Amino acid sequence: MSACAKEPGHSAVSSYTKRAWIILWKDLLIERRAKENANALLFFCLLLLFLFQFALGPDRERLAAAVPGLLWLGFILAGLLGLGRSFLGERENDCWEGLRLTPGDKSAIYLGKLAGNCVLMTAVEIILVVLFGVFYSVDLWTPAAPLALVLGLGTIGLAAVGTLFAAMTTQVRARELLFPVLLLPVQVPVLLATVSATQALLLGQPLADVAHWLKLLAGADLVYVTIGLLTFEFVLEG
Amino acid sequence: MTRALGWLTVLGLVAGLVAGFGYAPREAVQGNVQRIMYLHVPAVLTAYLAFGLVLAGSIGYLATRRPGWDRLAGAAGEIGVLFTGLTIVSGSIWGKPTWGTWWTWDARLTSTAVLFCVYVGYLLLRSLIEDPDARARYAAVVGILGAVNIPIVHFSVKWWRALHQPSTILGPERSPIDPAIGLALFVNWVAFTLLFAYFLARRMEIARLEEQT
Repeated sequence: MSACAKEPGHSAVSSYTKRAWIILWKDLLIERRAKENANALLFFCLLLLFLFQFALGPDRERLAAAVPGLLWLGFILAGLLGLGRSFLGERENDCWEGLRLTPGDKSAIYLGKLAGNCVLMTAVEIILVVLFGVFYSVDLWTPAAPLALVLGLGTIGLAAVGTLFAAMTTQVRARELLFPVLLLPVQVPVLLATVSATQALLLGQPLADVAHWLKLLAGADLVYVTIGLLTFEFVLEG
Repeated sequence: MTRALGWLTVLGLVAGLVAGFGYAPREAVQGNVQRIMYLHVPAVLTAYLAFGLVLAGSIGYLATRRPGWDRLAGAAGEIGVLFTGLTIVSGSIWGKPTWGTWWTWDARLTSTAVLFCVYVGYLLLRSLIEDPDARARYAAVVGILGAVNIPIVHFSVKWWRALHQPSTILGPERSPIDPAIGLALFVNWVAFTLLFAYFLARRMEIARLEEQT
């Protein structure tokens, strides 16, 4: 580490990405071995689909009209559970101390955690989309490419704030309650933008019609990730 | 000093009442109901001022680590939530006779409600952490994110739904407001800002005394 402190520039950047990568790799490895989150989250998604079906009844048209909202409601509920747990493992065996003692810029840790959460959320979303397509017989295949763009931008927005707040609320009592209470109101723009864009795409409108939503999402993502990078070291202290 | 500010506030609020109910003319279309505006508009302007101070206090704390900045942010957050609540309630009472409904998912109403929820969350976070240092740091992060999020919420909700009249005072053209109504509004705005300053000074003083014990 001292070597990269001496010669800034390329090596500092590569050391930064390397540290972010190590965090991501560590989280993915834990997930692969323990399968703590993914299995339960997938089952949770399936249950959500049943719940939506029971709540709205068998009317196919009504279900089809509600699909964009339900889809994002599913992502957000799964996200609340998945993201909220992302720092829980760090509380054990003094891992938190280890993170704090990591040399260099702490925002690399945030970046690694954010990437890990994006991977987890993307996996959940792919499964949910497929399940929606199968159970509600909605054609999600035709607008797949533009939909993937909306999903991707929305996921970054959700995960960027979620990762930051998860790190914070891990240390607080009433964590399970505080995390959604903090995250949900902040995520209103992301929810509005993604649901509106998804709705337009499912109605067969071209991507250009939802360009303003995509710009808003991209802008929001940029702001959230920047705030996360800048403030994460203050969160990690505690 | 604070006491003098308190009496000045009382004077301002009395002047505001006189200006709102006595001096300002009856509005032509809505009648006396429109006078709720003298509470509604100053309340929302004060709320924005308060959330601006939350942002300033949050950045100030993270930069300097002085507890005074945190007390400013915390006090401004509480008063901001109070005034946002006042805005929503007064708007609701105004909306019933003029729009025929207590609540509608119009753009501005929605974004004000979202703002309210964000800062209630901010206060909840503060109330759940005992360690003053951790509380100040976490609250500052939420305070910054909440403030930066205000324009994003504004645009998203605006594109989502656009019943509330557009802003007349802060708009680019010359305001079409009757000068007497404008003056009454101005007096009430000054009175509310004084009230805010008084609450803020008192609340920060209480927070300082709490930290000493």
